[in-house]
Parts: sequence; C-alpha cells; structure tokens
Amino acid sequence: MGGFVKSKSGQVEASEAARIQIGKDHRKIDAADRMRGQMRYADDIKLPGLLHCKIKRSPHAHAAIKSIDASKALQMEGVFAVVTGSDFPIPYGVIPWTPDENALAIEKALYVGDGVAAVAAIDEDTAILACEAIEIEYEVLPAYFEPEDALAGEVQINPYSRKGNLSKKVALDFGDIEKGEKKADVIVEDEYFFEGTTHAAIEPHCAVANVEPSGVLTVWSATQVSHYLHRELSKVLEMPANRIRVIQPPLGGAFGGKSEPFDLEFCVAKLSLLTGRPVKCLYTREEVFYSHRGRHPMKMNYRTGVTRDGKITFVDAKTMIDGGAYSSFGLVTTYYSGQLLTAPYNFPAYRFHSTRAYTNKPACGPKRGHGSVQPRFSIECQLDKAAEKIGMDPIELRRVNDIGSKTKTINEMSVGSNGFLECLEKVEKASKWKKRFKKMPFGQGLGVAGSTYICGTNYCIYPNEMPQAAVHVALDRSGRARVFSGANDIGQGSSTMLAVIVAEELGLELADIRVVAADSDLVPVDLGAYSSRITLMVGNACLEAAKKLRKQVVSSLAKSWKIPMRRVNLVGGMAVDLENPSDAIPLRDAFQMAETEHGHLAAVGNYDTPKDRHGSYRGGTIGASPAYSFTAHVAEVAVDEETGVVDVKNVWVAHDCGTALSPKIVEGQMEGSVYMGYAEAIMEQHIVDPDHFGVHTGPSLLDYRLPTFADTPHIESHIVEAPDPQGPYGAKEAGEGPLHPIIPAISNAIFDAVGIRMNKTPFSPERVLAKIQERKALEEQGKIKTHKAKGRVN
Amino acid sequence: MAKTILLECVVNDEKVAVATPSHWTLLEVLRYKLDLIGTKQGCDKGDCGACTVQVDGVNICSCLKLASTVQGKDIRTVEGMTDVRLHPLMDCMDKAVAAQCGFCTPGILMSAESYLKKMGRAVSRQEAAEALAGNLCRCTGYTKILDAIVEASKEMAAQ
Repeated sequence: MGGFVKSKSGQVEASEAARIQIGKDHRKIDAADRMRGQMRYADDIKLPGLLHCKIKRSPHAHAAIKSIDASKALQMEGVFAVVTGSDFPIPYGVIPWTPDENALAIEKALYVGDGVAAVAAIDEDTAILACEAIEIEYEVLPAYFEPEDALAGEVQINPYSRKGNLSKKVALDFGDIEKGEKKADVIVEDEYFFEGTTHAAIEPHCAVANVEPSGVLTVWSATQVSHYLHRELSKVLEMPANRIRVIQPPLGGAFGGKSEPFDLEFCVAKLSLLTGRPVKCLYTREEVFYSHRGRHPMKMNYRTGVTRDGKITFVDAKTMIDGGAYSSFGLVTTYYSGQLLTAPYNFPAYRFHSTRAYTNKPACGPKRGHGSVQPRFSIECQLDKAAEKIGMDPIELRRVNDIGSKTKTINEMSVGSNGFLECLEKVEKASKWKKRFKKMPFGQGLGVAGSTYICGTNYCIYPNEMPQAAVHVALDRSGRARVFSGANDIGQGSSTMLAVIVAEELGLELADIRVVAADSDLVPVDLGAYSSRITLMVGNACLEAAKKLRKQVVSSLAKSWKIPMRRVNLVGGMAVDLENPSDAIPLRDAFQMAETEHGHLAAVGNYDTPKDRHGSYRGGTIGASPAYSFTAHVAEVAVDEETGVVDVKNVWVAHDCGTALSPKIVEGQMEGSVYMGYAEAIMEQHIVDPDHFGVHTGPSLLDYRLPTFADTPHIESHIVEAPDPQGPYGAKEAGEGPLHPIIPAISNAIFDAVGIRMNKTPFSPERVLAKIQERKALEEQGKIKTHKAKGRVN
Repeated sequence: MAKTILLECVVNDEKVAVATPSHWTLLEVLRYKLDLIGTKQGCDKGDCGACTVQVDGVNICSCLKLASTVQGKDIRTVEGMTDVRLHPLMDCMDKAVAAQCGFCTPGILMSAESYLKKMGRAVSRQEAAEALAGNLCRCTGYTKILDAIVEASKEMAAQ
C-alpha cells in the first residue's frame, strides 16, 4: 500500500508520492514465457498442411529480366505454385508518396538479392530445388555503388524514380548563416563518413499465411508495423482490408529492421490464396542481410562556428545519403538527417542540404535512431574540436549552448521538458571527468557527447485525422483486466508498459492484467513500433481508458458507501475508503458492484498528437514530436598505439526519459542502445563489394562483426527524469535516444587518448593505426606538438 | 526424396523415437518434429548460439549437429529447465529484466546453466562474459544478463 497525503484543501487523496506501480521495478509480463519456450514466434507456428516458400533472388546488381521459365519447377513433385513479379503489378512503399517497389521484381532486378520468383512446396528442400529449376534470362545493366556515380550516371536504377537516380533532396535554411560566420571566432570544418550498418535482430524475418474457408486471409508476420503491413497487403493483393487479418506474434528483435512490408509477406499471402494451403517463408540469415533497410551510409560536410566563450554561432551541413535500390523510409530519412539536430544545443543559424541517391545495393531504411545517428556523430565531433580550439572543456561548451526547456528550436520544433543539463552533470560526475579528462596517460582518454530524440512523430505516415493510438480496456467480474492494443511489442516491453498503467490506475497487480496485442481482428489500430512512439502515444490512450474505468468503479463505490468519490481509492487489489481503511473490499467485489450499476465495464482511450507544434515551412512537420528525450554519454577508451585497437572500457550514460514508468526496463533500453551504437563505432559495416558484382562482403553473423558478451564495454546507466506534460505521467522515450551519443563520445575519447580525430566509422584498428602513424610523423617533423608529451615513454 | 532414419534418443528425460530425414539437423528435429520451439534458429551456421542445447551435458549448437549423430544420446533443451516453479537462473533473468525479445534467451540459459553447474560456485561478471561469448544478444547489451547470471551463480552455489 502506498502513502496518502492531505492536499492543500485538506482533502485526503492519493498523491504522486503514493504511486504504486509507476517508477517501480517490474518483471515483464511475458518474459518468463518467452524464455521457457512457451511463446510461439512466427517460425514456431504449426498449421496442418503447411507449405514452405522460398524466394529466388537476383545474382546481379542490376539486370533486365528477359524471360522467366518456371515450367521445370512446376513439374517437380511436391511443388504447388510459383509466383513472379507479374503476379504483383501494383507497386508499394511504406511511405505512400514513394511507392517504388514491387513484391517481386518486374522487368528488372535492382540489387543482388532482389526477389524475382517464389515457390510454394511441400518442404523447404523441395522449394530450394524448385528455385534452382526456375530459368531466368538476364541482361546485365551497368550498376552504381556510390551515390555520386549514380547521380551522374545515365542509367536509371529504380523505374519508379521521378528524377534519374535522385531519391530525395532537402534544402532548408534557418537564420542568417553569414551573420553566424562573422560572429564566430573559430570555424571548424570537416568531412565525416558514417558507414552503413544493419539491425541483425537474432530472429530472422518470417511470415505465415492461411486462408479460411470464408476467404479471409490471415498473415502472421515478424513485423513491427502490423497496421502498415495490413494496408499494403490490401493494396498489392487487391483485396479489401476487411478480408485480411494481420497478426504479429511475439517478435525476436527488430530495431527498425521489420518496420515495413517485405517480399516474403506478399509471397506467402499470394501463394496461400493460390494453393488454398497455409504457406510459410523463413528468411535465411543471408536473406536478412540482403533485405537490410538498415542505417544509411552518409557523407557529411560540416562547418560549425563558435565564439571564444563557446557559443555556437551557426551550423552548416551538407549530406550525401546512399539509399540503395528503393526508397523505404528514405524521404523521412533525408529530412531527419537535418531536422533532428537542432537540440539540445541552441543554433542561432542553421542550414542543411541533404541528398539521397538510389544505388544498386540493398535498400537502406530506419535503424534505431533513424536518420539522426549519423549527423549527431558529425556535430558532436565538431563541438569537441571547437572546444579544443578555444581551450574550453567540452562538457562546459555543451552546457553553455543548452537550449533549455519550454522553448522552440531554430527549425520551430517545440521542446517541452529538458533534462540535458542534469544528464551532463551525471556523466561528468560518474566518470570523474574533471580529474581525468586530458590527464590520463597517453593511450587513455575520455570523450563526451550529447543528443536528443523524438517521442513519436506528430504526423502519421499516411494523411488522416483518425487517432494515432487507441486502446480498449475491459474489467472482468473475476477481478481481472484486459487491454486490447494494436501496439507491437518487439521485445522493448510495450505490453508490460500498458499493464503497468492499468495496474496503477485500477489498483491491480500486473498478474491480473492480460494484454492482447497486435491482431487486426481483435484490437484497435495502432501505427506500430517505430520512432519511439508507443510509451507516449499508446501510453496516453491507455491512461485515458483506465481513468474512465476507475471513475466508473469509484463512483459506484462512493454511491454504495455514501461517501464522496475522492475518499475512494483502488490500491493493492482492494477498494478502500481512505478515512476507514479497515472497510476495504477486494477489487473483484468492487468491479461487480460497478458492473451491476453500469453494465459491462469497458472503455476506450484515444490519443492524437497536438497539431500546433511543428514548423510553418514545407517539411516542418517532419521531426515534430509531442516531446523530446535527452541523453549524455562519457566514454572511456584505451588505444593501443602498436595495433590501433580501441578498447572501450567504460560508458556512462544518462538519459532523460521523463518519468521512468518502469526503471529496469528503461535501463535495459539504455544499455541496449549503448551496445548497439558501440558496435557501429568499433566494428559494424554493411557493405557490398563492387569488384564482385555487388555481393555483400559478409552476410553472416560471424563475418558481419558483432560484439559478444566479452567485447561489450561496462555500461553504467543513470536515469534522469524531467517529466513532460505531453507524456503519460510525464513519460518520454528511452528506446532510441540513448544510442546517439556513444559513437562521437568514443571518437572524442580517442582524441583525448592519442590525439587523432576519427571522422569515419567504424574506428577499425587499421584506420586508427594509420592516423596514429600520420600524427607521429608530423610530431617527429616538429610540425605539431607531441600529444600528451608529459610522462610519455619513447 | 531424402532418406529417412529413425532417431532414438532421450530428450528432457523422455525416451523419443522419431522418423526424420537423414540430412536434418538436431535443431530441425527438435523444432519441427518434436515441437520443442524454445530452441531457436538465428543463423543456421553456428554463429549466434540461439540454438544451444546440451548433449550429454555438453553445450552444442544444434544447427551444426546432424540428427543422426545423436543416436542414443541424452539431450536437454530449455524446456527441460521448466519445472513447476522457475529455475533459479530463469528467475534471476526474469527479475533482472534480462530477456527483452527473448529470442536468444533459451540458448543463453542452456549455456549458462551448464557453465554454472560445471563451476559449482559463484562466478564473476568477467568469467561469465567469457563463458557466454558464444551467444549473441542484440537487445540487452548483455548487462542485465550478466547481472542475472552472477546472481544465479550465488543462489545455485548455495543450494
């Protein structure tokens, strides 16, 4: 039981301090079943008569499809059906303005791995053999692997592109750059490159389709956007949406890699419709790498001006984005590459020009921290260099530029709560920054960086005025509650978050709550698990529904007990008269009394974003969010000057997530984010080899280097709470923001350690070593000062 | 069509006889014949460890083990750890919120259980990290998993 306080008016009421569930540590409602092997993920679904689907993929980076002959495959025993691009003539795209892909390639294949035909067979082996038996005649076309080459090239890659190989161009100017240049005492200018990386969720993509005798098609898919999948299935299959049911089973990780439709979902659906049998497709790990939709490679030219006292005077950015063969979320990515940079620091003038080009490579898309991890790397490295040039502590420089709370950014985004200064203070203290920065021996160093991120997007992907999120909550006369939600729990714990809110409002235990999620036949629409939107948006919808139910129950009790409603509290499984706590009754009885009065106890909750918080210019809605989270990191590295190996020893992360609804889950998001960004800084690269026809250089979990238990640095998390009025109980996001600063923090720590600026990811031993040797040569020629000369042995 | 063999072995203390294609891996037999879906396929190449099971007490990647080579062997999967109450290791994992998507977790439980049994004492974070380096996780940054294993090692050693 929590405490109660007397309010100023002398009335007794449950206070914020009396919160029972919010801010406590919870076990996740589904974790034990996940780990015990009792939950069925997509590939665990068993259906009688299941057929297996395999997709035949292009071996060429760019090739016209002259002919497809599936006759031999169709004659094979155990082969039920073959589909090709002509079975799916309608193009789709997760962003409705850029429908530029087909379920299977029509006329030409745009990258190695593009799906060309799909088979349904009695088992996987037969499906593989049948794929081999399909004869495809290609005419190989020139392929482009660099965005600049593609833009200059004469051959158009994507047939739906409206302007050659230009996918999207955004040029936005805010404030007076020239004035900023004049005001600056120091201007730093550098080129940065962020290598492409992929999500590598441990669960490969998988989809199963089945057709009921009534004709209703069910698709189970390992997706994080069931609603968008539902819409695109309806469009491409030319079936009304009410004849399609989409179910997202428990998901084995996503990180943005499952946030749009993929060829397998369309293929199993079509093959099931054709054969009348359930059909499953499970990607191989290699197919997951080729399907990609991961972090875009970006070349970034940055200029930043600062005054002698550390104030930023302008930022000028030019970015070239390598998009791969399709748009995916690319329109948004191109905006995000500039729009999300305008906090936590105040930019008096800002200009960004970003260009996304098509290339003959696996398409890029959103990965944790969509579009803003790359520019964040650049700006945080720029600020570090600027601080060094003016002789200012880099934490202090960040402090003096803090944009503050309840303010507008230069690109007119409304910032609400802002805990950035506290984040900086936490990591400064925890890392013993003042005692150690610049003072550690040669080879060891500390680096700092900060960032901000959105809590969902103010505008839905497709224009409509319906709610962004809705839930339906019902109470049962046994004393239990059910939450029906479209939110996709992808492992981040969104279903548990909803249970925590209902438990808080109704006084229930988590075990009394069943969350039914992500089944289009059973739950209201939610837009999906992307842009860190669920806690704020679905959380608010759930809070509204739970409050309505609480009111119904409390009013029935107040009536029956003949006391004012404010004296009734629901807590710890009981309904209590605050002035006579010994008269408490079990919630089960309370729910029955309320049901007697009101009928079945059920309520809906809706959430829609505020529509007055975006920029007044074209594109000003992109990047607008109800609230923003803030993060600061300090990284500690040891750099081996003989080998160039960077050992990240410690990472201190402080993240302002508003009110932490469930702190252990928040910490888990922070730690997972740090790990994922660390991996991108040190080892990951998702690249194809132009000298080998555009094949992936290492499409396996061994060759695509990922940190193991033994590689991952020690991570220390500090939660900072700056509650935002837009969030449920003040909550903001925690799933993506905490990734951003780690990459520049490591780069900046490497500078402190050995005096070199790593402007290109990953910071691999050969690159680090080359820079160390380059610096050494200059030092020996007396052209620059010896880095950390004091106490250095050589 | 593929040749079929009769595989006879013990799975989670139960005698099993199952007809299976001769080229199938132990992972395929566990998942698709015996419906023991706790054992996951992440890469099918022995890279990720999600399919880790114990064969005669030794951890292996079941995706690399031909089913025909486990004739007569004693196999334990994550389902074998399931008792009326949670196994201490699972309990510590659950308490620490060490499973996010939960897809790598069964493999990690298998690796950690046999490791802790072998050690028979409380282990340090560093020791556990090195012992578990064959299991990849993409959600957690490993931090809470290590919290849980260290905690469980104390509980299991005290039993």
